[in-house]
Amino acid sequence: MANRNQIPTNNSALIAMIADEDTVVGFLLAGVGNVDLRRKTNYLIVDSKTTAKQVEDAFKEFTTREDIAVILISQYVANMIRFLVDSYSKPVPAILEIPSKDHPYDPAHDSILSRVKYLFSAESVASGKR
Amino acid sequence: MHLFNNHGNSFPSLLFLLKIATRGHALLKKKSDALTVQFRQILKKIVSSKESMGEIMKTSSFSLTEAKYVAGGNIKHVVLENVHTASLKVRSRQENVAGVKLPKFEYFTEGETKNDLTGLARGGQQVQQCRVAYVKAIEVLVELASLQTSFLTLDEAIKTTNRRVNALENVVKPRLENTISYIKGELDELEREDFFRLKKIQGYKKREIEKQLASAKEFEFAEKDSSQKGISRNSAHNLLSAGREKDEDIIF
Repeated sequence: MANRNQIPTNNSALIAMIADEDTVVGFLLAGVGNVDLRRKTNYLIVDSKTTAKQVEDAFKEFTTREDIAVILISQYVANMIRFLVDSYSKPVPAILEIPSKDHPYDPAHDSILSRVKYLFSAESVASGKR
Repeated sequence: MHLFNNHGNSFPSLLFLLKIATRGHALLKKKSDALTVQFRQILKKIVSSKESMGEIMKTSSFSLTEAKYVAGGNIKHVVLENVHTASLKVRSRQENVAGVKLPKFEYFTEGETKNDLTGLARGGQQVQQCRVAYVKAIEVLVELASLQTSFLTLDEAIKTTNRRVNALENVVKPRLENTISYIKGELDELEREDFFRLKKIQGYKKREIEKQLASAKEFEFAEKDSSQKGISRNSAHNLLSAGREKDEDIIF
């Protein structure tokens, strides 16, 4: 089998977050947050003043960092950089779209599920029918 | 299956190649089917996981609101101050499924989660509950991440395998079969040509023999005739050979 998709075994990797303040605080409370010596963090708090460019930069940074295995991103934030998220094709780090307090989870926009819409029939989750 | 000849370094025969191509095709098809089964299973799990994730996040969010309420809304500052090294991390392993290496994430805790929330005057219990809720959420999320990466990797693997199956089926095998039937055709034609040539030669030989027999008989008559009519034997011969030569010229 081709070796291009080798996913390196990582013994210790971080979970990054790009989400609204409440969500980030909650996860930080759980112990997910990391600040290294150069004051680089593994999270970005997105509020009304955050620009799409900042989100874009954070996303690009997190996806290229070797020590990040999972990126949690609020779905409404993901919508800001939808094109980037949809064109992202590497299996690692894994991009997970999570709901936020004001924006409940919407499967119709999830980049992973939309990829397999064709596999579903009429009563499908991806079509947003609830 | 005996794959190797005892006399190494010979070119594999076309029939042998066709045999391997057919076998390879069948095996790859099986692999593709097995992977597709796994794929669908994972997809189902992903869909249900995502739904439960929605629920869990709601619960955790709730719990945070409670904690904020009780602790006086100062939580975020304290928490942000307290971020140092992550105590909740993930590690990845590889699992072999139907010949494809799929990644699997596990979360683990390292070191002490900073319990230094002394900035909060009250609400310790709510904060603890909130923390527990979010850790639970992480558990579900890490599981989801595993499923998602497996899903994407499987997707790639299935596409590659199907590409190979199609290549074998639509390119390699027809080419081999065509070459084989072409060669068979040529060999048949050569055989027919040979056969035809053989028959032709037999025909000539037969005619040669018949002609010789015929001329031998003529000679007999000529001799009898000449002895009856008094012509010398030699001239009789000459008459005959002259006639025969002429005939040879015509035929050949």
